[in-house]
Amino acid sequence: MTMARPPRRALTAKRRRLYVLVAAAITLGGAAALVLNAFEDALVFFLTPTDLKTRAVPDNSMVRVGGLVEEGSLRKSGGGIEVRFAITDLTNRVEVRYRGILPDLFREGQGVVAQGRLGADGVFRASEILAKHDETYMPKEVADALRKSGRWKPGAKNQGAAPATGASP
Amino acid sequence: MIHFLANPARFMRIGARVLPWCWAVAALGMGAGLWFALVSSPADYQQGDSVRIMYIHVPSAWMALAVYSLIALVSAMALVWKHPLGYLIGRAAAPLGTGFTVICLVTGALWGQTSWGTWWVWDARLTSVLILFFLYLGYMALASAFDDPDRGNRAAALLAIVGFVNIPIIKFSVDWWSTLHQPASVLRSGGPAIHPSMLTPLVLMAVGFAAYFLALLVLRVRAEIAGRKVAALMMASAMGGAGSNPARRERI
Repeated sequence: MTMARPPRRALTAKRRRLYVLVAAAITLGGAAALVLNAFEDALVFFLTPTDLKTRAVPDNSMVRVGGLVEEGSLRKSGGGIEVRFAITDLTNRVEVRYRGILPDLFREGQGVVAQGRLGADGVFRASEILAKHDETYMPKEVADALRKSGRWKPGAKNQGAAPATGASP
Repeated sequence: MIHFLANPARFMRIGARVLPWCWAVAALGMGAGLWFALVSSPADYQQGDSVRIMYIHVPSAWMALAVYSLIALVSAMALVWKHPLGYLIGRAAAPLGTGFTVICLVTGALWGQTSWGTWWVWDARLTSVLILFFLYLGYMALASAFDDPDRGNRAAALLAIVGFVNIPIIKFSVDWWSTLHQPASVLRSGGPAIHPSMLTPLVLMAVGFAAYFLALLVLRVRAEIAGRKVAALMMASAMGGAGSNPARRERI
């Protein structure tokens, strides 16, 4: 009878440690979720044009705007250095002006993130342009074939819309 | 005490049997994977040849997450069931996971420069992976910060478990917040968004990386167990003269 006791007590000690650990993990997870939820505004990398319109973004504060380069909005001058285009989330749009070299992946209909300041005239003056790409990877021939057959179905939910359907530069 | 002695011995035996297979799978996976990645796979329709960075970047990122998860798991088992092999595996795995994280960060910077136009941004995905790197460093520092290895083991195990909260944050950062980093391509609802011709090298490399990690882990744990046996034998012979413990010597 006395022999049966030590193993049982050892079992409860293990159980107790397990319960303490699980309880601590749940508490920690919950705390982390609350913190991340509270700091959501600080954790987003960019605002959409709609955010820019609906939120009170202070004039001339440094922000990032992300979305798609609007089809047909790209204008280059000054030997390709002066760039104007519009960023759209398909609900709202914002005019962007930028002076500098664009990343290779920059093209109309593709994702882009611009860092800069929104002027009082509603034009966004970017100091840095970053290209964003979606999670779809495929050979060029497959992309061309999909476009030709009209079965182009991009999975770009994070970018809001489909890549360019025409010939991309 | 019996568990403590028996399980490392079992690990030694099983490890010895598994090790050659790990090396074979690692060599085959990485060899074939590299050939597919560099020679026999197409360039991407958007990114061109720079997409080939993916075949190193993504497997190392997966391994960075998987190795940390393994450390957290064995740490929890060691804390709850007092299983010393758990601490041993955690300490052996940490430098390997750190290596995968560094590879992921460096190749990510190179890839980011070519496709996004920047080496680094403080978006949620990149920042959370950098935090993972610091968690690895903290784990290793804490594990060897105490004169008493038991205290170091327990402190590091706690850190590993607390830090595990970062793993789902890394995985879902691209879904929860707007990031420059694109969402997942393979482990996503609706199936992979990667053409099969590009998924092949990716999967081969991932299998190769995982087998390589397993091989190194088994090697490191076996070396540690053997080292402890040597130390214990030397201690025994120093205290009780030569050949004082023939039963233990037989196990090696």
